[in-house]
Amino acid sequence: MGMKKGILWRLIAIGAVVAASLIFFLPNTPLFDYMPGWWKKNMPGRGIVLGLDLRGGIHLVFEVEGDKAVASTVERIAQSVKAELERKGIKAGVKQEGMEIVLTPAPLEARKIIEDAYQELAIGEVPGGVSYTLKESEVKNIKAGAVDQALETIRNRIDQFGVAEPVIHRQAENEVVVQLPGVKEPERAIEIIGKTARLEFRLLDDQSPVAAELPQSIFPEEEERVITQFAGKIPPGEMLFGRVVDEETGRVRKIPYLLKKDVLLTGDLLTEARVSIDQRFNEPYVSIRFNTEGARIFEEVTGKNVGKRLAIILDNNVYSAPVIRERIAGGDAQISGSFTLDESRDLAIVLKAGALKAPLKMLQNITVGPSLGRDSIEAGKLAGLLASIVVILFMLVYYKVSGLIADLAVLLNILLLLGAMASLNATLTLPGIAGIILAVGMAVDSNVLMFERMREELRTGKTPKAAVESGYNKAFWTIFDSHVTTLITSAVLFQFGTGPIKGFAVTLSLGVAINLFTALIGTKTIFDLLHTKREVRRLSI
Amino acid sequence: MIEFIRKTNIDFMGKRRYAVIISGILLLLGIFALVQINRGEANLGIDFAGGTAVQIKFSRPVSVHEVRGALEGAGLKDMDIQDFPSVNKVLVRVKGKEETLGKISNLIISTLGQRFGDAAPVIDSTTEIGPKVGSRLKHDALIATLFATAGILIYIALRFQWRFSVGATIATFHDVLAVLGIFFILGKEINLILVSALLIVAGYSLTDTVVVFDRIRENMRAAIKDPIQSIVNRSINEVLSRTAITSMTTLFASVALLLFGGEVIHDFALAITLGIVIGTYSSWFVASPVVLLISGGKNPFKKS
Repeated sequence: MGMKKGILWRLIAIGAVVAASLIFFLPNTPLFDYMPGWWKKNMPGRGIVLGLDLRGGIHLVFEVEGDKAVASTVERIAQSVKAELERKGIKAGVKQEGMEIVLTPAPLEARKIIEDAYQELAIGEVPGGVSYTLKESEVKNIKAGAVDQALETIRNRIDQFGVAEPVIHRQAENEVVVQLPGVKEPERAIEIIGKTARLEFRLLDDQSPVAAELPQSIFPEEEERVITQFAGKIPPGEMLFGRVVDEETGRVRKIPYLLKKDVLLTGDLLTEARVSIDQRFNEPYVSIRFNTEGARIFEEVTGKNVGKRLAIILDNNVYSAPVIRERIAGGDAQISGSFTLDESRDLAIVLKAGALKAPLKMLQNITVGPSLGRDSIEAGKLAGLLASIVVILFMLVYYKVSGLIADLAVLLNILLLLGAMASLNATLTLPGIAGIILAVGMAVDSNVLMFERMREELRTGKTPKAAVESGYNKAFWTIFDSHVTTLITSAVLFQFGTGPIKGFAVTLSLGVAINLFTALIGTKTIFDLLHTKREVRRLSI
Repeated sequence: MIEFIRKTNIDFMGKRRYAVIISGILLLLGIFALVQINRGEANLGIDFAGGTAVQIKFSRPVSVHEVRGALEGAGLKDMDIQDFPSVNKVLVRVKGKEETLGKISNLIISTLGQRFGDAAPVIDSTTEIGPKVGSRLKHDALIATLFATAGILIYIALRFQWRFSVGATIATFHDVLAVLGIFFILGKEINLILVSALLIVAGYSLTDTVVVFDRIRENMRAAIKDPIQSIVNRSINEVLSRTAITSMTTLFASVALLLFGGEVIHDFALAITLGIVIGTYSSWFVASPVVLLISGGKNPFKKS
């Protein structure tokens, strides 16, 4: 009776894992919707997560170009140093050369002012003066800050755009990974995330003779030519382009603008940005509102420059350059241009979420449309179903009742694998489906090894019961060895693989481990059960 | 009792001369492929080489020729176009060290969208890999291969006598190189998915070898006096049906994937399928002969 007790315990163990698997996998079935409220509240509700390749969505990797954040910090310091020295009437030549601020000549009082105000600068010597660079630690801080700020800003932008379950995290030192499952308009999402969104207000340099030479408007392909044509002629400041769409032809044209160097106001001082519709032309625009400081500066700038043109620039593209008619108080402004409702909505999102301190460079973009994901799931289901049917039928025909037992083990294997994946909230990818299907193929391998050994033992004249016992015992190490090697490779794939391949490694390694359980405990228990009921005289194998 | 393979008595070891020729060719192919990959002459996937891939689904069949014409007209060069006629899909790949991602994919999408506007183009997927990520993935794949190889070798060394270890190792390398060589000759892409498939092949190839080796070891211990060649032959014959059947059931799965799993998984399934077949062959004709060769005709379990 001791034997029987052992079987009972094993049956209980199998029953328990089956029940647990069902509970964990339930959320992936339509049945979950019909469960009572207390169940939904207390029981696992997430299940297996579909990977981006099955669900559709985008996986982006960006590099945060921290160097540019450092460069703009240096530029900002250089500008304010210059302004400060001018204000105090100190004669000193301040020049920015790359990441260096060079001071020639460098009177002591100028040096004192700079060095007191900017402790983060390291001092070097150059012929006829001194040079300042940002200290190593400060550069590190700026770069790290730029990455943190990028993460935060991207999160805000995605929240506004509205994506369920976005994954946004840092990778390596200066990279940001963004995963957006099921996103409907991937191009728009990429555009919103990747925009630096640096908003600037600058005056047009209409007095310069070069301004008169600029062409009225050009085709986009002529842009390079115009840039080379005017290279070297541009006075302090720069030439940037605006974009208009011809309403009749739909063709895009570009308008060159000559801008003054000074940035009068930036988007940092914004408090609000939203889409409005122009009643007269039925065209969308973005209305923005500055905070108190921004409003004060805006009033001052407009008051001083009535009659001049003020350009509104986003990421080096001129959106519009209206003539200032009068002093504008209150801090409200409008950004109009030729854009669609979606474009203006996206613009409002990025303006409200704020500019990135450092521009992003896209390193990787994997976009999967929802239709491919659906096709892949269908194909995977079909392949899996066919593979299972063929394997199950084969075992049944070839090994009869024993084959049926092996088939039960295969089904148990699939169920436990799904349950295990659901309990880990593992991500199922297309290679992952392949992993499950291969695991089904391999699941019967262990049974085949045992059955063949049992047949051999039977041929030597052993009783069915003895044949089962020694078949198991002798096949055990062979089965173990053959599984371990597959486990080793899938563990390595898990460690080094990315995305879909990781999904494959998860399903295959779980599949192999569960396979050991179902073959060595599951099948064996059923055999033992058969043999305790009655003395089996013939083994159907 | 149904038996495909009844008691057999095939002289596997006697046929090792033919095996040398077959395996020699497969190995040469594999080594050639490795050399070409190293020289940058192989069809590396964009995940390693960097570049852009766009897959588009149409509502009617679209010829590769037309697609190429349209894209060349838009100024795109050196592209690789693959079509999946049964599902009206076209995959365009452009390799290159594009620094700013997005331009090429936009060009492909807008060009084909205009040219085949009547065929309701839907973008299935867009993959853009910058050069930095490409070289990182290459590095990761290399490390993964090294670790997997080391892991398998250590396991073999722990579980088997050195003679068997050498046999299993050579057979494993043989299988991986053979699949790689065949992929290279077929002009298939060498990409991350293939590397994963090769690692799985390495793991699976050992499964069959283990089955055969376990029996050879068992028989060597039991029949000290028999000539070793006949022990090896007898062992392979004894486990013939189980290696054949285990390979067959796994083949059912991989062939189902190959035929019905869809275009994304096709090459992966092909590599696994080839690997299963070659892995079974190598247990009989590579791993076992190597053990025989190293043993020099002596039973290693015989105390002399």
